[in-house]
Amino acid sequence: MKKVVRGFYAVAHSVKLCKPHVICAYPITPQTEIVENLAEMYANGELKNCEYITAESEFGAASILVGASAAGARVFSATCSQGLILMSEVLFNAAGMRLPIVIVNTNRALSAPLSIWNDHQDSMVLRDAGIMQLFVENNQEAHDAVPQAYKIAEDKRVLLPFMVCMDGFKLTHAYEPVDLLEEEVVDAFLPPYQPQIYLTTKKPVAMGCYALPAYYMEFRVAMQQAMERAKSVMEKIYKEWAEVSGRDWGGHIVVEYPDAKIFVVAMGSLVGLLRKVVNDLRKEGIDVGLIKIRTFRPFPVENLRKALSNAEKIVVFDRSVSFGYEGPLSIELKSALYKYSSADFYSYIVGLGGRDMPKDFLAGIIRDVANGKEKPGVAFKGYKEFEEVIP
Amino acid sequence: MKFFGSGHGACPGCGLTIAVKNTLEALNGKCFVANPTGCLEIISSQYGRNAWGVPYIHSLFENVAAVAAGIDAALKAMGRRDEGKIVVFAGDGATADIGIGTLSGAMDRNHNIIYICLDNEAYQNTGHQQSGLTPPGEATTTTPVGKIFPGKIGKKKDMVAFALAHGCPYVATSSVAFPADIRRKVKKAASIEGFAYIQIHSSCVTGWGIDGNQSIEVARLAVETGLYPIVEYENGKLVSVRKIKDRKPVIEYLKVQRRFRHLLKHPKGKEIIERLQQIADENAKKYGLDG
Repeated sequence: MKKVVRGFYAVAHSVKLCKPHVICAYPITPQTEIVENLAEMYANGELKNCEYITAESEFGAASILVGASAAGARVFSATCSQGLILMSEVLFNAAGMRLPIVIVNTNRALSAPLSIWNDHQDSMVLRDAGIMQLFVENNQEAHDAVPQAYKIAEDKRVLLPFMVCMDGFKLTHAYEPVDLLEEEVVDAFLPPYQPQIYLTTKKPVAMGCYALPAYYMEFRVAMQQAMERAKSVMEKIYKEWAEVSGRDWGGHIVVEYPDAKIFVVAMGSLVGLLRKVVNDLRKEGIDVGLIKIRTFRPFPVENLRKALSNAEKIVVFDRSVSFGYEGPLSIELKSALYKYSSADFYSYIVGLGGRDMPKDFLAGIIRDVANGKEKPGVAFKGYKEFEEVIP
Repeated sequence: MKFFGSGHGACPGCGLTIAVKNTLEALNGKCFVANPTGCLEIISSQYGRNAWGVPYIHSLFENVAAVAAGIDAALKAMGRRDEGKIVVFAGDGATADIGIGTLSGAMDRNHNIIYICLDNEAYQNTGHQQSGLTPPGEATTTTPVGKIFPGKIGKKKDMVAFALAHGCPYVATSSVAFPADIRRKVKKAASIEGFAYIQIHSSCVTGWGIDGNQSIEVARLAVETGLYPIVEYENGKLVSVRKIKDRKPVIEYLKVQRRFRHLLKHPKGKEIIERLQQIADENAKKYGLDG
C-alpha cells in the first residue's frame, strides 16, 4: 500500500513487521521519531511478544541488545552520531560475540562543533568494527532494507551485526511516497530467528569468554571469513528481496552507464541528486557514469574492480574525513583498485555537517573534471575561504 | 560442584568464589549469570576452561546491568521467564564506578534481576587500585601511602542508599564470612519480583594483604567491628540486622591487613582510625547493631 510518509515511519513500520522481541533506544536527533513511532505501536499493542525498553543511554541501549540477542531474541535499535559512537564499544563487542543485532543509523555529523545535520562521519567510526553497513538512497530503500538486514545478519554463515545507514534529515524528515510492506510479504521472506547457540538454562553455554593469545586471533579471522561469506549471502538475499517485493535495488553497487569514461562514486541520498546531475551532464556530451555504493561493509572490492577497470577518471564524493589523510570512501576505493585501474582520482570531501550540495555545485565539479580544469587529487569543496586564527 | 566447577583460577582463600557458589546453590543452578570484566570473569571464563555450569555471559566492564536487563526483556518477550532468575556478579568498581549508569537504568526500570556486588573494596583484577567502594585509609596502588597521604582520603560510597533511593524492592548486604546469610538472602531475593541489590563483602587475599586461611576470619572482623553492617531492606523498610555481641574496636580489623597496617605508624593514621571508628559507631547507632 503506497502512502506518503516520513522516513521515520517508513523504518518503524518495517521494523514492526520484522517482529523484534526487544526494541531499545535512547533519543537523539534525527533518529528519535523512529523509536517514537515504535513506542506508539508498542503502547497500542501492535508489537506482539515484544518488550520496548527505554534505556538510560545509547551505551545502555546497545548493551541491552547484547543481553537480549545473546538470550536468543531478535532485537532493534536506532541511533546516530554521538549516540552511535557512545554505542561503539558495545558494537565492537557485539560483532566479536557474533550477535545479529540490527540498528538503523540516521547518519549525522560528529561534534565538535556540535551539529545535528547530516554527513557520514559517524558510520566511519564503526568501519572496522565487524558490522555490516548498507547505505540507502531513499525512504523506500530504507523501508525495504530492514527485513533484508535481519535475514542477512541472522544467516548462520554470517552472524554479525547489521547497520542500515540513512541520511539524517535528508531522508528521516522527508515525506516520500513509500509502498508499505504487507505483513504476509515479510513473514514469507523472513523466518523467525532461531539461533543454534544462545543463553538458556536448558543447555548452558558461556558467551563472551576471554581468549589467550593462543586463541584470540582465530576468532578475529573467523569474523573476517564471515564478512567474506556475507558478500555472497547479501547478493543472494538482495535478489530474493527483488523477487518478493518487486523492487530491485541492485547488488552491492549499482552502476549506471557502465561504459562511461568518467565515473562518479557516492553513497546515500546524495546518489539521488547525482543521478539527475549525471543525466544532465550526459546531455551536454560529457561521458559520465554513476556508481552507487550500497554495501560499504563488507566492501564490494570485486564488484568495484569490475565496474571501474576501464574508467579514465574517478570522482569520489566523500561525506566524511579521516583527518590527516582524506575521505574514507576514496581511501577504500583506491585500495580496492590498486593494480586494477589506471584512472585518475578526483577525491572530494563535501557536505560536512549538513552543508548544502546543490545540483549546480556538483555538476560544476564534474564538468571541471571532464574539461581538465580540475587536477587529480584530494580537496574539500563547498566551504568558504577563511583564515584560522592561531593565538 | 556442578554450577561452578573446580579448576577455576581464583587464589586460595578468595572470597568471590564463596559468594558465587553459595548463590548458585541457593538458586539450585536455575539462573542466568551476567558478569562484567573483573577478577571473577578472569578466573572463570577463559576460552576452553569455562568454569560455569549455568548459562553465562560476559560482555564489557561497565554494562553488566544493561546486559542483564536485555536478558530479562528477552525472556519476558519470548515467554521464557520460567527458565530461571538472572543473576549479576559484579565487582565493586564495575558496580559503583564505571557501571553505575547502566546500574541506575536497570534499577530504575526495576528489571527482574538479582544484582550481587562482590565488594572486595578495590580494583583487584588490575592489581589493587582504589574504587568508589574503597574505604578511607586503605593503601591502594593509586592511593598509596606517602609522606603526606595516609592512603585513601575520600569515603566509601553508600551503594545501599543508592539502591534504596532507586526504590529497589530488595536491598541487602552480606559477607562471605556468613554463607548461610548469603543463601537465605539470595533465596529471598529470588522470591521477589523486581530488582534485588545484594552487596557481599568479599575478602581478597592479595589486595587486602592477608593469608588465604584468614579470609573468613578477616571478613568476619569487618562485621564484628561494625564497619560492614549486615542489613536487609524490603520495599525500603529495614527488616533485619545482624546483631553484634561485644562489638570490637576497628583497630582489631585494621591491624591484621596489609592495606591498613600503615595507619598504626603514619602521622595521619590516628585521625583515619578515629574516623573509621566513628563510621563503625554511626553504623551501630543507625542499625542498632549492638546487642
